[in-house]
Amino acid sequence: MASYAGELNPQQVPAVRVTSLHRSFNEAGGVLNGLDLDIAPGEFVALLGRSGSGKSTLLRALAGLDRGVAGTGVIEVPEKVSVVFQDSRLLPWKRVLDNVILGLRAGDAADRGRQALAEVGLAGRERAWPHELSGGEQQRASLARSLVRDPQLLLADEPFGALDALTRIRMHTLLRNLCEVHQPAVLLVTHDVDEAIVLADRVIVLDGGVVRHDTRVELDGRRSQADPAFARLRARLLTELGVEDDHDAVPGRRLDQRVAS
Amino acid sequence: MTTLTAPARPLAAPEDVRPTRRRLGPGEPIRFGGLIGIVTLLAAWVVGSATGLLDPRTLTEPWTVLQTAGTLIENGRLQESLVTSGIRAALGLGLGVLVGTVLAVISGLSRVGESLIDGPIQVKRSIPTLALIPLLILWLGIGEPMKVITIALAVFVPIYIHTHNGLRTIEGRYAELAETLGVTRGEFIRHVVLPGAMPGFLLGLRFAVTSSLLALVVVEVINATSGIGHMITLASNYGQTDIIVVGLVVYALLGVTADAVVRLIERKALSWRRTLAS
Repeated sequence: MASYAGELNPQQVPAVRVTSLHRSFNEAGGVLNGLDLDIAPGEFVALLGRSGSGKSTLLRALAGLDRGVAGTGVIEVPEKVSVVFQDSRLLPWKRVLDNVILGLRAGDAADRGRQALAEVGLAGRERAWPHELSGGEQQRASLARSLVRDPQLLLADEPFGALDALTRIRMHTLLRNLCEVHQPAVLLVTHDVDEAIVLADRVIVLDGGVVRHDTRVELDGRRSQADPAFARLRARLLTELGVEDDHDAVPGRRLDQRVAS
Repeated sequence: MTTLTAPARPLAAPEDVRPTRRRLGPGEPIRFGGLIGIVTLLAAWVVGSATGLLDPRTLTEPWTVLQTAGTLIENGRLQESLVTSGIRAALGLGLGVLVGTVLAVISGLSRVGESLIDGPIQVKRSIPTLALIPLLILWLGIGEPMKVITIALAVFVPIYIHTHNGLRTIEGRYAELAETLGVTRGEFIRHVVLPGAMPGFLLGLRFAVTSSLLALVVVEVINATSGIGHMITLASNYGQTDIIVVGLVVYALLGVTADAVVRLIERKALSWRRTLAS
């Protein structure tokens, strides 16, 4: 994975720079409280956090979709930003190819769309209606729609959250390959610690509206859960998230913990 | 050894033992079920006329109606009236659909448009279009413009209501998607708004077709100088039940044909939809 790992060095201009970002939905308290974040060009960042930690709020702020939300701070993002949503969000009344090239202003839009579909393994399905595709295929089509725009920044909000476990593993491989080819900076919001470690160059844990933990994934080659370094990182991240990985613990202890939390 | 000599179960049908529940739904559809009621009604008419239970002065015999239709076609009166009425209905329908759709899009996409348009249309909706005819006659006379505009006024309300509703129920997430793809307002209307509102629009169109025929009948009967309604009014003056029935049958055929056309359009335009019906 080191091949597509964008190294953050001081000379480089970051793809994303967020400075002291505040966002709040009501007077009670902020969702984001002075968050700072840099993402290097081509760097794959996974964003972990408990529900309500502000992951999606941050992503929507970067995507420019948080009109009407009160807040302050400075956000610098590249010109070409693509968003992958949790639902594939294909327009049901457009065929797959027309969905992929929607709003694409280029003479060879159809050709590029076909190429993007081939890249995600959907060659030959150009004329299908979205409802004829499986959940995984729909999400692949939505990936094609994002990549055909050559984004400098790809924002993904739990893109595989609604897929079954096996499809998800296949999608991980696909996304990794696509990122190696297209080299966008990526911010992936996820609940899944394993997914974060498998995919990302850097994992960030959000808590209380600020970056609480920021770690590089220093695993070479194929990232396997059997690797002890993988397991150590996983345990550390889970601790940061306030979860103890206690599959082996005695049942009584687990119960106590649940009551306590 | 009893297992060997025991009489074998008959080999014929494989066993089919399963728990069953009493069916509560309507069950299997009947083939050509929609036609059965109509055929029964026609049969009752034929039998009633043949046995003399139906007085010909009340309702002409079906064969006389057929004969009259033949005569009317031969001397060209029926075609002429049909064309006049058809053009009237089509013009009114076209105008009403256009106005209704444009108003629905403006009112659905802009808050200012909604404030200006929606209120007056809701008020208009509560006044039956036919009640406006006296005013329209004063303004436009009794010529074709009055007839077409009356039909258009009856048509644009259901088109507006259903298109506007269809447009407002397009999920916000599609608008959000369009924003992230950086499409222009024009592209947004063409690719998201209009196709998204299409199911509502087509439902409105079915109501609109019915309204247009209703308005057609009324304007033709009130100020008839030509058209099917004129033919019926004349026949009524001379007590010609057979011609009246022919006129009614033509109205029915117009209505059924128009509805079938809309349903065909619906099937073509909404082939992307996977619904319970398919």
